[in-house]
Amino acid sequence: MNRIVVTGLELPLGERRLRAEFTCEARVAALYGPSGAGKTSLIEWIAGLRHAAAGRLEIGGTVLADAATGVHVPPQSRKMGYVPQDGALFPHLSVRDNLLYGYRRVVDRLPELTFEHITSVLEIGGLSERSVRSLSGGERQRVALGRALLAQARLLLLDEPFASLDSSLKLRLLPYLGRVRDEFGVSMLYVTHDPDEIMALCDCVIPVDGGVAGPSCAPGLLFEPSRRPRYERRAGA
Amino acid sequence: MPGTLQLTLFTVGIALLGTLLILPPGIGLAWLLARRRWRGKVVLETVVALPLVMPPVATGLILLKLFGRRGALGVFFERGLGVDIVFTWKAVVIATAVMAFPLLVRAARVAFEEVNPRMEQVARTLGAGPWSVFFTVTLPLARRGVLAGCVLAFARALGEFGATMMFAGFIPGRTGTLATSIYHLVQLGDDSAALKLLAVSVALSFAALAASEALLRRGRT
Repeated sequence: MNRIVVTGLELPLGERRLRAEFTCEARVAALYGPSGAGKTSLIEWIAGLRHAAAGRLEIGGTVLADAATGVHVPPQSRKMGYVPQDGALFPHLSVRDNLLYGYRRVVDRLPELTFEHITSVLEIGGLSERSVRSLSGGERQRVALGRALLAQARLLLLDEPFASLDSSLKLRLLPYLGRVRDEFGVSMLYVTHDPDEIMALCDCVIPVDGGVAGPSCAPGLLFEPSRRPRYERRAGA
Repeated sequence: MPGTLQLTLFTVGIALLGTLLILPPGIGLAWLLARRRWRGKVVLETVVALPLVMPPVATGLILLKLFGRRGALGVFFERGLGVDIVFTWKAVVIATAVMAFPLLVRAARVAFEEVNPRMEQVARTLGAGPWSVFFTVTLPLARRGVLAGCVLAFARALGEFGATMMFAGFIPGRTGTLATSIYHLVQLGDDSAALKLLAVSVALSFAALAASEALLRRGRT
C-alpha cells in the first residue's frame, strides 16, 4: 500500500493557486470537489507533468518532488498510470500497440502485470487488432486502464475516468476498477465529483475546494452512509 | 543551353535538396514555436516569416551580402571550408531553401498545435522520454500537416525565381533552373523553347499537387 504525503504544496492555477497538505494511506483514495477546483492540476503535478512553486511529494517513502531541494523525478520514471477523462488513446496505433506502448519500455516487469492477465481481467483481449476509433466509450476506458497497468504502474491516477460515459455504462465499468484494485495490488488516486463512486470504491477522501486540498478523511465522514446500500443495489455488487 | 530533361532533373534535384535541408531545422523550430515559450520567440518568428512578405529579390540580395566575399557566412565558407557558394548550384539550393522555409514552418507549427498535449503527457507517464514522445506520438499525429508543409515547400522551391536570380544568377548548365531559363528564353525572344519549359513546369506542379492530395488522403485513415 502506498502512502501519499503531500506537504506545503502551492500550485499555480491560472491566476489563483491551490494549496495542498494531506497524508493518505489507502488502496483507493478519492480527490473530491467541484469542477475547476484544481483536481486535474493536482493529478498532473503528482504525475510529474507540472512544476509547483513550493511543495513536496512523497509516495511510499520515496521523494518524487521537492521544490525546496529541486528534486523533480521526471514523469517517465515515476511509474504512475495516468488515465485522463477521455482515455487519450493514441489514434495512430492499434489497440494492441496502445496497450504495449509503456510495457515495451520497462525492464523490471512484475509477474502479475502480464498482457494476458490484464487483458483478461479487463475483458479487452478480443480488441487487440481493432483500431482505436472503432472502440466504444467503455472499451476505450478499459484499454486506457490496461495500457497504464501494463506500463507497470504502481499508482493509477484516474481523472474522472467515467465522466464522459452515461450512468448505466459507468455502473458496468466500476466493478472493473474494483477487480483491478483487488487483482493487481495497485493503488489508485481517483478524481471524481460523484459521492456514489467514492462510496463504492474508495477508503479515503481528499476534499478539494476553495483553493485548498486536504486534509484527508474517511468517506463515511463526508457522505451519508445510507448512500452505500442504495449504490450497491444499483451496481449489483 | 542544356537539354530539357537535364534542366528538369536539375531543378527537381535542387528543390528536393532544398526541402531536405530545411526539414530538420524547420520541424524543430515549428515544434519550439508550437509547444514552448521562450525569449526571442516573436523575433525569430518574424525573421523566419520575412521571406514570405519581402520581395524575393530583396531576400536574394541579403543572401548575396551574407555569403559574399565580405559577408560573415561568405568568409566562413570560403576561408574556413574553401567552398564557394555565390553563383554556384549551392547558392540555388540555399535560395530555394530560405524561400521555402517559412511555408514548412507554418504548416508544421499548426500541425503540432493541433496535437492534443494530453497524448504527449500520457506518453510521458507511460515511460517515454521527451525525444521518444516526439518521434512516437507528436510527429506521427502531426504527419499530415508536416507532409503538406513539405509539399508546399518543395513546390515553392521548384518555382523560386527572384532570390535565385539575385543570389545564384543565371549561368546556363550551372545555376539555370526551369524558372530562370524560361525568363531567359523569353528575353532572347525564343518563345517556342520557353513554352516547352512552361509545359514541363505545369506538369511538375500538377504532379506535386497530386502527390500531396494522395498523401493527405492516405494519412486520413
